Amino acid sequence: MSAAPATTVNARQTGSAGHSRLVALVQGLLGLAAFFLLWWLLVDVYGVWRFRQLPKLTTSVREWLSPNPTYGISLYTQEYYKHLFSSIKRVAIAFCLAVSLGILVGVLSGWSRWFRAVVFPLLEVARPIPILAWIPLVLLLAPGRETAVITLTFLAAFFITTLNTMLGIKSIDEVYFRAARSLGFSEWAILRHVVIPGALPYIFVGLQIAMAACWFSLVASEIVSGTTGLGYKIWEAYYYVQFETMTIMMVTLGICGYLSSSLVRRVGNWLMRWRGSMLKGMAR
Amino acid sequence: MRGALSIRGAVKVYDPERSQVVALDGLDLDIAPGEFCAVVGPSGCGKTTLLNAIAGFDTLTSGSITLDGHAIAEPDRSAPPGADRIVVFQNGALFPWRSVLWNVTCGPVMQKRMGRAEATERAKALLARVGMLGSDDKYPGELSGGQRRRVEIVRALMNDPSVLLLDEPFRALDALTKSVMQEYLTELLVEVPKTVFFITHDLEEAIFLGDKVVVLTSRPGRIRQVVPVSLEKPRRHTVLTSPEFLAIKATLSGAIHEEARRAFVYGERELA
Repeated sequence: MSAAPATTVNARQTGSAGHSRLVALVQGLLGLAAFFLLWWLLVDVYGVWRFRQLPKLTTSVREWLSPNPTYGISLYTQEYYKHLFSSIKRVAIAFCLAVSLGILVGVLSGWSRWFRAVVFPLLEVARPIPILAWIPLVLLLAPGRETAVITLTFLAAFFITTLNTMLGIKSIDEVYFRAARSLGFSEWAILRHVVIPGALPYIFVGLQIAMAACWFSLVASEIVSGTTGLGYKIWEAYYYVQFETMTIMMVTLGICGYLSSSLVRRVGNWLMRWRGSMLKGMAR
Repeated sequence: MRGALSIRGAVKVYDPERSQVVALDGLDLDIAPGEFCAVVGPSGCGKTTLLNAIAGFDTLTSGSITLDGHAIAEPDRSAPPGADRIVVFQNGALFPWRSVLWNVTCGPVMQKRMGRAEATERAKALLARVGMLGSDDKYPGELSGGQRRRVEIVRALMNDPSVLLLDEPFRALDALTKSVMQEYLTELLVEVPKTVFFITHDLEEAIFLGDKVVVLTSRPGRIRQVVPVSLEKPRRHTVLTSPEFLAIKATLSGAIHEEARRAFVYGERELA
């Protein structure tokens, strides 16, 4: 009935209830367990080939959980949280900026043909430039390193959000606009009750990708120009041969990325409760 | 009662510069207030073009349409869509992201004709009338096709339109649901009388619902035949086998089949 993009995650959640979710959880844990087992076997137990140089699973875990870590980074040290929170803060600011500006520009381009004609070509040229290529330019422009890192973190997410919002609006069936006009909706009411909710499925697919893009760009820019942050610390730990710290920060980064994406997904599912019911209705 | 619809010399030519597809060719039609006019014709005969011109979604190339004496369509100009001419679309247009009650009440509330409380009360009365009272806080996606159609007709009636424009609203339904929906519609219209412009492919549906049945010619669309139906209303499905019904069906089916055949031959030629 609608051209909403259905992600597999949504479909699974609206399918049968707790049972399939439990199965999925067990399967997921199985994959993670297999990975850590492989790490342990290749590095800790046999030290195969170049894997010998990597930090051991056991020492990494011990370092992470130690009140007195060898390299100063563990769950018990302030240093750890300093880097963690400075990264989270940057992503939060950049993501919020990307969402508000991206949705604004996206809605304007989906809404006004004139605006789209002016802005779209520019976006299409700027968008494919990889974030790494933006670094020098942003460093020249931005006052201070913090602004530079946040700007770089923002950029990719902004392009993705804008594009998906625009696609979302284009995906809305013309019939809803006609119905709204017949029913006497003002332009503002059409925006609020047709354009935004109609584009929301695409917007949220975009926001999930944008969140991932935020973390990606964050690490890249922290490595180049940071003095704190997970990305900065990963590179620094490599430099000073503190490999356990490196893996701790990588795992932390993975957890942060996963949690933030699932937060976006949850907010999306809550805002789009009607979609779950629609899938059920279609099966009937 | 409002709702006198008058169509004079309606012509619609698509792409006048190049291919010149004539969709409507000088069509005249009058629909009296409260009259149910069922329009039948083969695909591509201009039924939907005519409906779009009345609704304000499209313009006419020449000719005019008036509603209660006000011009709503003149050459290349049409009054913007409004609540006086509500359309029920072929595939439905309930907003899937809003509840049934929101969908049904949004028209009068947006037009500031009713407060939300008043609209809710009126909506509940009409929903109850079509057996949909328990579903007001559901989303349209949770309803069956027939239920969605009932809600959509209620949404249209909530706006107290001068004319109700129905574009094959029951097309996607199975035969049984369709016949139940037709009965619901006739009953509702006894309670809330409206001028209705109803498009269909289905001759039996047209006779069952209509006060008059209009047969259009295949492209370009003109009026081929107008047959009044004077069967007593509200009608029940038992009427389908009555001699009067069958007599009307016999007068119309020859004309419709001939037009359908012409449309088919055109189609073959266009493809060749």
